[in-house]
Amino acid sequence: MATETHEAVASACVDSHGGAIGMPQLCAEWIPNQIFWLLITLAALFFVMSRIALPRIAAVLAERSGTITNDLAAAEELKNKATQAEAAYEQALVDARAQAQKIVAEAKAEIQAELNAELEKADAQIAVKTGESEAAIAEIRDGAVKSVTDVAKATAKELVAALGGSADAKTITAAVTARMKG
Amino acid sequence: MATETEAASEGGLVFHPLDQFIPKPLFGDGAVHWYTPTNLTLWFAILILCAVGVFVLGSRGRGVIPSRLQSVGELMYGFVYKMVEDVTGKDGVKYFPYIMTLFVFILFANYLALIPMSYSPTSMIAVTAILGFGVFFAVTILGFVKNGPSFLGMFWMKDAPAVLRPIIAIIEVISYFVRPVSHSIRLAGNVMAGHAVIKVFAGFAALTLVSPVAILGITAIYGLEVLVAGIQAYVFTILTCVYLKDALHPHH
Repeated sequence: MATETHEAVASACVDSHGGAIGMPQLCAEWIPNQIFWLLITLAALFFVMSRIALPRIAAVLAERSGTITNDLAAAEELKNKATQAEAAYEQALVDARAQAQKIVAEAKAEIQAELNAELEKADAQIAVKTGESEAAIAEIRDGAVKSVTDVAKATAKELVAALGGSADAKTITAAVTARMKG
Repeated sequence: MATETEAASEGGLVFHPLDQFIPKPLFGDGAVHWYTPTNLTLWFAILILCAVGVFVLGSRGRGVIPSRLQSVGELMYGFVYKMVEDVTGKDGVKYFPYIMTLFVFILFANYLALIPMSYSPTSMIAVTAILGFGVFFAVTILGFVKNGPSFLGMFWMKDAPAVLRPIIAIIEVISYFVRPVSHSIRLAGNVMAGHAVIKVFAGFAALTLVSPVAILGITAIYGLEVLVAGIQAYVFTILTCVYLKDALHPHH
Protein backbone atom coordinates (compact mmCIF):
# COMPACT_ATOMS: atom_id res chain seq x y z
CA MET A 1 0.00 0.00 0.00
CA ALA A 2 2.78 2.36 0.89
CA THR A 3 4.14 2.32 -2.66
CA GLU A 4 0.98 3.84 -4.12
CA THR A 5 0.87 7.51 -4.84
CA HIS A 6 -1.71 9.30 -2.84
CA GLU A 7 -1.67 12.74 -4.29
CA ALA A 8 -4.12 11.38 -6.83
CA VAL A 9 -7.13 12.16 -4.71
CA ALA A 10 -6.70 15.32 -2.78
CA SER A 11 -9.70 15.47 -0.57
CA ALA A 12 -10.79 15.86 2.99
CA CYS A 13 -12.59 12.56 2.77
CA VAL A 14 -9.52 10.53 1.86
CA ASP A 15 -6.69 9.61 4.19
CA SER A 16 -3.04 9.64 3.37
CA HIS A 17 -3.22 6.10 1.96
CA GLY A 18 -6.04 6.85 -0.48
CA GLY A 19 -8.55 5.06 1.72
CA ALA A 20 -11.94 6.48 2.47
CA ILE A 21 -12.53 8.30 5.73
CA GLY A 22 -16.02 7.32 6.74
CA MET A 23 -18.54 6.64 4.01
CA PRO A 24 -17.56 8.22 0.70
CA GLN A 25 -21.28 8.56 -0.05
CA LEU A 26 -21.66 11.06 2.76
CA CYS A 27 -18.67 13.19 1.86
CA ALA A 28 -20.19 16.63 1.24
CA GLU A 29 -17.33 17.55 -1.05
CA TRP A 30 -18.39 15.04 -3.73
CA ILE A 31 -22.14 15.37 -3.52
CA PRO A 32 -22.57 18.37 -5.88
CA ASN A 33 -20.59 16.48 -8.50
CA GLN A 34 -22.84 13.43 -8.17
CA ILE A 35 -26.01 15.49 -8.35
CA PHE A 36 -24.77 17.45 -11.35
CA TRP A 37 -23.94 14.35 -13.39
CA LEU A 38 -27.08 12.55 -12.24
CA LEU A 39 -29.29 15.38 -13.46
CA ILE A 40 -27.50 15.46 -16.81
CA THR A 41 -27.82 11.69 -17.14
CA LEU A 42 -31.48 11.66 -16.21
CA ALA A 43 -32.22 14.45 -18.65
CA ALA A 44 -30.37 12.67 -21.44
CA LEU A 45 -31.99 9.34 -20.65
CA PHE A 46 -35.43 10.89 -20.45
CA PHE A 47 -34.91 12.63 -23.76
CA VAL A 48 -33.82 9.40 -25.47
CA MET A 49 -36.59 7.34 -23.94
CA SER A 50 -39.50 9.73 -24.34
CA ARG A 51 -38.58 11.12 -27.76
CA ILE A 52 -37.14 8.13 -29.57
CA ALA A 53 -37.33 4.78 -27.85
CA LEU A 54 -40.77 4.66 -26.25
CA PRO A 55 -42.80 6.05 -29.19
CA ARG A 56 -40.99 3.68 -31.50
CA ILE A 57 -41.64 0.64 -29.31
CA ALA A 58 -45.25 1.73 -28.81
CA ALA A 59 -45.65 2.00 -32.59
CA VAL A 60 -44.10 -1.42 -33.12
CA LEU A 61 -46.35 -2.99 -30.48
CA ALA A 62 -49.43 -1.33 -31.94
CA GLU A 63 -48.46 -2.45 -35.42
CA ARG A 64 -47.90 -5.98 -34.19
CA SER A 65 -51.25 -6.19 -32.43
CA GLY A 66 -52.84 -4.71 -35.56
CA THR A 67 -51.13 -7.29 -37.73
CA ILE A 68 -52.20 -10.12 -35.46
CA THR A 69 -55.78 -8.89 -35.46
CA ASN A 70 -55.75 -8.58 -39.24
CA ASP A 71 -54.20 -11.99 -39.68
CA LEU A 72 -56.77 -13.56 -37.39
CA ALA A 73 -59.55 -11.85 -39.31
CA ALA A 74 -58.05 -13.01 -42.61
CA ALA A 75 -57.77 -16.55 -41.27
CA GLU A 76 -61.40 -16.43 -40.18
CA GLU A 77 -62.39 -15.19 -43.61
CA LEU A 78 -60.40 -17.92 -45.34
CA LYS A 79 -62.00 -20.49 -43.09
CA ASN A 80 -65.44 -19.18 -44.03
CA LYS A 81 -64.47 -19.33 -47.68
CA ALA A 82 -63.32 -22.90 -47.29
CA THR A 83 -66.59 -23.80 -45.63
CA GLN A 84 -68.49 -22.10 -48.42
CA ALA A 85 -66.42 -23.89 -51.04
CA GLU A 86 -67.12 -27.19 -49.33
CA ALA A 87 -70.83 -26.43 -49.29
CA ALA A 88 -70.71 -25.46 -52.95
CA TYR A 89 -68.90 -28.68 -53.74
CA GLU A 90 -71.50 -30.72 -51.90
CA GLN A 91 -74.25 -28.83 -53.70
CA ALA A 92 -72.59 -29.43 -57.04
CA LEU A 93 -72.31 -33.10 -56.24
CA VAL A 94 -76.00 -33.29 -55.34
CA ASP A 95 -76.91 -31.35 -58.49
CA ALA A 96 -74.78 -33.59 -60.65
CA ARG A 97 -76.37 -36.65 -59.16
CA ALA A 98 -79.86 -35.26 -59.76
CA GLN A 99 -78.89 -34.26 -63.28
CA ALA A 100 -77.57 -37.73 -63.97
CA GLN A 101 -80.76 -39.28 -62.72
CA LYS A 102 -82.79 -36.93 -64.83
CA ILE A 103 -80.75 -37.77 -67.91
CA VAL A 104 -81.14 -41.48 -67.22
CA ALA A 105 -84.91 -41.08 -66.83
CA GLU A 106 -85.14 -39.04 -70.00
CA ALA A 107 -83.14 -41.54 -71.95
CA LYS A 108 -85.31 -44.31 -70.62
CA ALA A 109 -88.47 -42.44 -71.58
CA GLU A 110 -87.12 -41.70 -75.02
CA ILE A 111 -86.16 -45.28 -75.61
CA GLN A 112 -89.57 -46.39 -74.36
CA ALA A 113 -91.28 -43.95 -76.72
CA GLU A 114 -89.20 -45.13 -79.66
CA LEU A 115 -89.90 -48.70 -78.72
CA ASN A 116 -93.63 -48.02 -78.54
CA ALA A 117 -93.58 -46.29 -81.89
CA GLU A 118 -91.71 -49.15 -83.48
CA LEU A 119 -94.06 -51.64 -81.92
CA GLU A 120 -97.07 -49.74 -83.20
CA LYS A 121 -95.55 -49.56 -86.64
CA ALA A 122 -94.81 -53.25 -86.58
CA ASP A 123 -98.35 -53.98 -85.39
CA ALA A 124 -99.76 -51.91 -88.22
CA GLN A 125 -97.60 -53.69 -90.74
CA ILE A 126 -98.64 -57.00 -89.29
CA ALA A 127 -102.29 -55.96 -89.53
CA VAL A 128 -101.86 -54.93 -93.15
CA LYS A 129 -100.15 -58.20 -93.97
CA THR A 130 -102.86 -60.11 -92.17
CA GLY A 131 -105.57 -58.31 -94.14
CA GLU A 132 -103.79 -59.02 -97.40
CA SER A 133 -103.33 -62.64 -96.50
CA GLU A 134 -106.97 -62.95 -95.50
CA ALA A 135 -108.07 -61.44 -98.80
CA ALA A 136 -105.80 -63.82 -100.66
CA ILE A 137 -107.13 -66.74 -98.66
CA ALA A 138 -110.74 -65.62 -99.34
CA GLU A 139 -109.96 -65.29 -102.99
CA ILE A 140 -108.38 -68.69 -103.05
CA ARG A 141 -111.38 -70.11 -101.22
CA ASP A 142 -113.80 -68.42 -103.64
CA GLY A 143 -111.77 -69.73 -106.53
CA ALA A 144 -111.89 -73.19 -104.97
CA VAL A 145 -115.64 -73.08 -104.47
CA LYS A 146 -116.16 -71.98 -108.05
CA SER A 147 -113.86 -74.66 -109.29
CA VAL A 148 -115.75 -77.20 -107.23
CA THR A 149 -119.04 -75.92 -108.73
CA ASP A 150 -117.60 -76.06 -112.25
CA VAL A 151 -116.17 -79.52 -111.67
CA ALA A 152 -119.48 -80.64 -110.13
CA LYS A 153 -121.49 -79.31 -113.12
CA ALA A 154 -119.18 -80.88 -115.59
CA THR A 155 -119.10 -84.13 -113.66
CA ALA A 156 -122.86 -84.09 -113.27
CA LYS A 157 -123.35 -83.49 -117.05
CA GLU A 158 -120.97 -86.28 -117.88
CA LEU A 159 -122.73 -88.57 -115.39
CA VAL A 160 -126.12 -87.72 -116.84
CA ALA A 161 -124.85 -88.33 -120.36
CA ALA A 162 -123.19 -91.56 -119.34
CA LEU A 163 -126.41 -92.83 -117.81
CA GLY A 164 -128.15 -92.10 -121.04
CA GLY A 165 -130.08 -89.21 -120.05
CA SER A 166 -129.91 -85.90 -121.61
CA ALA A 167 -130.27 -82.87 -119.70
CA ASP A 168 -129.86 -79.34 -120.61
CA ALA A 169 -127.21 -77.33 -118.98
CA LYS A 170 -129.65 -75.11 -117.20
CA THR A 171 -131.32 -77.83 -115.25
CA ILE A 172 -128.04 -79.41 -114.25
CA THR A 173 -126.62 -76.13 -113.04
CA ALA A 174 -129.67 -75.49 -110.92
CA ALA A 175 -129.52 -78.96 -109.47
CA VAL A 176 -125.81 -78.74 -108.70
CA THR A 177 -126.23 -75.30 -107.15
CA ALA A 178 -129.04 -76.60 -105.01
CA ARG A 179 -126.87 -79.50 -103.90
CA MET A 180 -123.89 -77.35 -103.22
CA LYS A 181 -125.97 -75.23 -100.95
CA GLY A 182 -127.22 -78.18 -99.14
CA MET B 1 -9.44 2.83 9.90
CA ALA B 2 -6.36 3.00 12.04
CA THR B 3 -6.48 -0.68 12.91
CA GLU B 4 -6.86 -1.62 9.27
CA THR B 5 -3.89 0.45 8.31
CA GLU B 6 -1.87 -1.24 10.98
CA ALA B 7 -2.98 -4.61 9.69
CA ALA B 8 -1.96 -3.61 6.17
CA SER B 9 1.49 -2.57 7.30
CA GLU B 10 1.86 -5.90 9.01
CA GLY B 11 1.18 -7.63 5.70
CA GLY B 12 -2.04 -9.19 6.94
CA LEU B 13 -5.61 -8.62 5.90
CA VAL B 14 -6.52 -5.40 4.15
CA PHE B 15 -10.10 -4.23 4.25
CA HIS B 16 -11.15 -1.16 2.38
CA PRO B 17 -14.70 -2.13 1.43
CA LEU B 18 -15.78 1.48 0.98
CA ASP B 19 -12.89 2.67 -1.15
CA GLN B 20 -14.72 1.47 -4.23
CA PHE B 21 -17.23 4.28 -3.75
CA ILE B 22 -14.64 7.07 -3.92
CA PRO B 23 -15.13 9.16 -7.06
CA LYS B 24 -11.94 9.67 -9.02
CA PRO B 25 -11.45 12.29 -11.73
CA LEU B 26 -11.24 10.79 -15.19
CA PHE B 27 -8.63 13.23 -16.42
CA GLY B 28 -5.66 14.12 -14.30
CA ASP B 29 -5.56 14.33 -10.54
CA GLY B 30 -6.83 16.80 -8.10
CA ALA B 31 -9.98 17.81 -6.37
CA VAL B 32 -13.41 16.75 -7.52
CA HIS B 33 -15.35 19.91 -8.31
CA TRP B 34 -19.06 19.87 -9.10
CA TYR B 35 -18.35 19.76 -12.83
CA THR B 36 -15.39 17.36 -12.83
CA PRO B 37 -15.93 14.30 -15.01
CA THR B 38 -15.31 11.36 -12.70
CA ASN B 39 -15.68 7.60 -12.92
CA LEU B 40 -19.29 8.26 -11.97
CA THR B 41 -19.62 10.26 -15.19
CA LEU B 42 -18.01 7.43 -17.13
CA TRP B 43 -20.48 4.85 -15.82
CA PHE B 44 -23.41 7.20 -16.36
CA ALA B 45 -22.24 7.52 -19.95
CA ILE B 46 -21.95 3.74 -20.29
CA LEU B 47 -25.45 3.45 -18.82
CA ILE B 48 -26.87 5.81 -21.41
CA LEU B 49 -25.05 3.99 -24.20
CA CYS B 50 -26.49 0.67 -23.01
CA ALA B 51 -29.99 2.12 -22.79
CA VAL B 52 -29.61 3.58 -26.28
CA GLY B 53 -28.27 0.23 -27.48
CA VAL B 54 -31.21 -1.73 -26.13
CA PHE B 55 -34.05 0.67 -26.75
CA VAL B 56 -32.98 2.66 -29.79
CA LEU B 57 -30.58 0.45 -31.75
CA GLY B 58 -32.45 -2.65 -30.63
CA SER B 59 -35.72 -1.43 -32.08
CA ARG B 60 -34.01 0.00 -35.16
CA GLY B 61 -35.58 -2.61 -37.41
CA ARG B 62 -39.09 -1.85 -36.06
CA GLY B 63 -39.75 -5.50 -36.81
CA VAL B 64 -43.22 -6.89 -36.42
CA ILE B 65 -41.24 -10.01 -35.64
CA PRO B 66 -38.75 -8.57 -33.15
CA SER B 67 -35.03 -9.20 -33.06
CA ARG B 68 -33.60 -10.47 -29.76
CA LEU B 69 -32.55 -7.07 -28.51
CA GLN B 70 -35.84 -5.59 -29.61
CA SER B 71 -37.80 -8.14 -27.63
CA VAL B 72 -35.71 -7.34 -24.57
CA GLY B 73 -36.69 -3.70 -24.93
CA GLU B 74 -40.29 -4.60 -25.60
CA LEU B 75 -40.40 -6.87 -22.56
CA MET B 76 -39.18 -4.07 -20.30
CA TYR B 77 -41.59 -1.66 -21.95
CA GLY B 78 -44.50 -4.02 -21.49
CA PHE B 79 -43.47 -4.83 -17.92
CA VAL B 80 -43.33 -1.21 -16.79
CA TYR B 81 -46.33 -0.16 -18.87
CA LYS B 82 -48.48 -2.86 -17.33
CA MET B 83 -47.22 -1.95 -13.86
CA VAL B 84 -48.12 1.71 -14.35
CA GLU B 85 -51.50 0.84 -15.82
CA ASP B 86 -52.37 -1.69 -13.12
CA VAL B 87 -51.28 0.42 -10.17
CA THR B 88 -52.21 3.96 -11.17
CA GLY B 89 -55.02 3.27 -13.60
CA LYS B 90 -55.63 4.63 -17.08
CA ASP B 91 -54.97 8.26 -16.15
CA GLY B 92 -51.51 7.40 -14.85
CA VAL B 93 -50.38 6.15 -18.23
CA LYS B 94 -49.32 9.63 -19.37
CA TYR B 95 -46.60 9.60 -16.69
CA PHE B 96 -45.29 6.31 -18.06
CA PRO B 97 -42.19 7.84 -19.79
CA TYR B 98 -40.99 9.29 -16.47
CA ILE B 99 -41.43 6.02 -14.64
CA MET B 100 -39.87 4.07 -17.47
CA THR B 101 -36.86 6.40 -17.38
CA LEU B 102 -36.50 5.83 -13.64
CA PHE B 103 -36.79 2.07 -14.06
CA VAL B 104 -34.28 1.90 -16.88
CA PHE B 105 -31.88 4.16 -15.04
CA ILE B 106 -31.94 2.13 -11.82
CA LEU B 107 -31.97 -1.25 -13.54
CA PHE B 108 -29.07 -0.46 -15.83
CA ALA B 109 -27.10 1.26 -13.06
CA ASN B 110 -27.59 -1.73 -10.76
CA TYR B 111 -26.56 -4.28 -13.33
CA LEU B 112 -23.63 -2.29 -14.70
CA ALA B 113 -22.41 -1.95 -11.11
CA LEU B 114 -22.13 -5.73 -10.96
CA ILE B 115 -19.34 -5.68 -13.54
CA PRO B 116 -16.07 -6.06 -11.64
CA MET B 117 -14.08 -2.82 -11.30
CA SER B 118 -17.13 -0.78 -12.20
CA TYR B 119 -18.59 2.08 -10.20
CA SER B 120 -22.10 1.89 -8.81
CA PRO B 121 -24.08 5.13 -9.06
CA THR B 122 -27.09 3.72 -7.21
CA SER B 123 -24.99 3.11 -4.10
CA MET B 124 -24.61 6.88 -3.75
CA ILE B 125 -27.02 8.31 -1.22
CA ALA B 126 -26.93 11.61 -3.08
CA VAL B 127 -28.04 9.93 -6.32
CA THR B 128 -30.87 7.91 -4.80
CA ALA B 129 -31.91 10.83 -2.62
CA ILE B 130 -32.34 12.98 -5.72
CA LEU B 131 -34.41 10.22 -7.26
CA GLY B 132 -36.46 9.62 -4.09
CA PHE B 133 -37.06 13.26 -3.27
CA GLY B 134 -37.64 14.01 -6.92
CA VAL B 135 -40.44 11.47 -6.94
CA PHE B 136 -41.73 12.80 -3.63
CA PHE B 137 -41.91 16.42 -4.73
CA ALA B 138 -43.24 15.61 -8.18
CA VAL B 139 -45.98 13.44 -6.75
CA THR B 140 -46.90 15.91 -4.00
CA ILE B 141 -47.08 18.85 -6.38
CA LEU B 142 -49.04 16.74 -8.85
CA GLY B 143 -51.44 15.75 -6.07
CA PHE B 144 -52.16 19.38 -5.19
CA VAL B 145 -52.43 20.44 -8.82
CA LYS B 146 -54.85 17.63 -9.66
CA ASN B 147 -56.96 17.63 -6.49
CA GLY B 148 -56.39 21.04 -4.90
CA PRO B 149 -56.67 21.16 -1.11
CA SER B 150 -58.74 17.97 -1.11
CA PHE B 151 -55.45 16.17 -1.62
CA LEU B 152 -55.02 16.58 2.13
CA GLY B 153 -58.07 14.35 2.58
CA MET B 154 -55.65 11.50 1.97
CA PHE B 155 -54.51 11.88 5.57
CA TRP B 156 -57.98 12.01 7.05
CA MET B 157 -59.49 8.52 7.25
CA LYS B 158 -63.24 8.86 6.97
CA ASP B 159 -63.75 5.18 7.65
CA ALA B 160 -61.93 5.26 10.98
CA PRO B 161 -63.70 5.99 14.28
CA ALA B 162 -63.80 9.73 14.98
CA VAL B 163 -61.57 9.41 18.04
CA LEU B 164 -58.82 7.71 16.11
CA ARG B 165 -58.90 9.98 13.09
CA PRO B 166 -56.50 12.68 14.39
CA ILE B 167 -54.04 10.04 15.57
CA ILE B 168 -54.19 8.23 12.25
CA ALA B 169 -53.78 11.55 10.47
CA ILE B 170 -50.58 12.27 12.38
CA ILE B 171 -49.23 8.81 11.61
CA GLU B 172 -50.19 9.18 7.96
CA VAL B 173 -48.46 12.56 7.68
CA ILE B 174 -45.30 11.22 9.29
CA SER B 175 -45.29 8.16 7.06
CA TYR B 176 -45.87 10.37 4.04
CA PHE B 177 -42.80 12.44 4.84
CA VAL B 178 -40.71 9.39 5.59
CA ARG B 179 -41.50 7.98 2.16
CA PRO B 180 -38.69 9.71 0.21
CA VAL B 181 -36.16 8.81 2.89
CA SER B 182 -37.04 5.12 2.91
CA HIS B 183 -37.45 5.19 -0.86
CA SER B 184 -33.90 6.41 -1.44
CA ILE B 185 -32.08 4.71 1.44
CA ARG B 186 -33.61 1.34 0.55
CA LEU B 187 -32.01 1.41 -2.87
CA ALA B 188 -28.65 2.89 -1.89
CA GLY B 189 -28.42 0.67 1.19
CA ASN B 190 -29.09 -2.53 -0.68
CA VAL B 191 -26.63 -1.81 -3.46
CA MET B 192 -23.92 -0.45 -1.17
CA ALA B 193 -24.22 -3.30 1.32
CA GLY B 194 -23.89 -5.92 -1.40
CA HIS B 195 -20.81 -4.30 -2.88
CA ALA B 196 -19.20 -3.77 0.50
CA VAL B 197 -19.84 -7.38 1.54
CA ILE B 198 -18.28 -8.64 -1.68
CA LYS B 199 -15.22 -6.48 -0.96
CA VAL B 200 -14.98 -7.87 2.57
CA PHE B 201 -15.08 -11.42 1.26
CA ALA B 202 -12.46 -10.44 -1.32
CA GLY B 203 -10.26 -9.19 1.52
CA PHE B 204 -10.50 -12.59 3.22
CA ALA B 205 -9.50 -14.26 -0.04
CA ALA B 206 -5.93 -13.09 0.64
CA LEU B 207 -5.64 -15.77 3.32
CA THR B 208 -4.79 -19.08 1.69
CA LEU B 209 -6.72 -21.13 4.19
CA VAL B 210 -10.05 -19.35 3.93
CA SER B 211 -9.77 -18.25 0.34
CA PRO B 212 -11.94 -21.08 -1.11
CA VAL B 213 -14.68 -20.19 1.35
CA ALA B 214 -14.23 -16.52 0.60
CA ILE B 215 -14.47 -17.08 -3.12
CA LEU B 216 -17.56 -19.23 -2.68
CA GLY B 217 -18.95 -16.47 -0.51
CA ILE B 218 -18.26 -13.89 -3.21
CA THR B 219 -20.02 -16.09 -5.74
CA ALA B 220 -23.04 -16.53 -3.50
CA ILE B 221 -23.26 -12.85 -2.63
CA TYR B 222 -22.84 -11.98 -6.29
CA GLY B 223 -25.79 -14.23 -7.13
CA LEU B 224 -27.79 -12.54 -4.43
CA GLU B 225 -26.77 -9.15 -5.77
CA VAL B 226 -27.99 -10.09 -9.24
CA LEU B 227 -31.39 -10.68 -7.69
CA VAL B 228 -31.19 -7.54 -5.56
CA ALA B 229 -30.27 -5.41 -8.56
CA GLY B 230 -33.44 -6.37 -10.40
CA ILE B 231 -35.68 -6.44 -7.36
CA GLN B 232 -34.59 -3.01 -6.12
CA ALA B 233 -35.24 -1.49 -9.53
CA TYR B 234 -38.68 -3.11 -9.49
CA VAL B 235 -39.40 -2.02 -5.90
CA PHE B 236 -38.38 1.57 -6.57
CA THR B 237 -40.54 1.68 -9.67
CA ILE B 238 -43.63 0.11 -8.18
CA LEU B 239 -43.42 2.35 -5.10
CA THR B 240 -43.22 5.31 -7.44
CA CYS B 241 -46.38 4.02 -9.12
CA VAL B 242 -48.09 3.64 -5.74
CA TYR B 243 -47.17 7.19 -4.73
CA LEU B 244 -48.39 8.42 -8.08
CA LYS B 245 -51.67 6.61 -7.55
CA ASP B 246 -52.04 8.33 -4.19
CA ALA B 247 -51.53 11.67 -5.90
CA LEU B 248 -54.06 10.95 -8.64
CA HIS B 249 -56.66 9.25 -6.45
CA PRO B 250 -56.06 10.49 -2.89
CA HIS B 251 -59.41 9.20 -1.59
CA HIS B 252 -58.92 5.56 -0.79
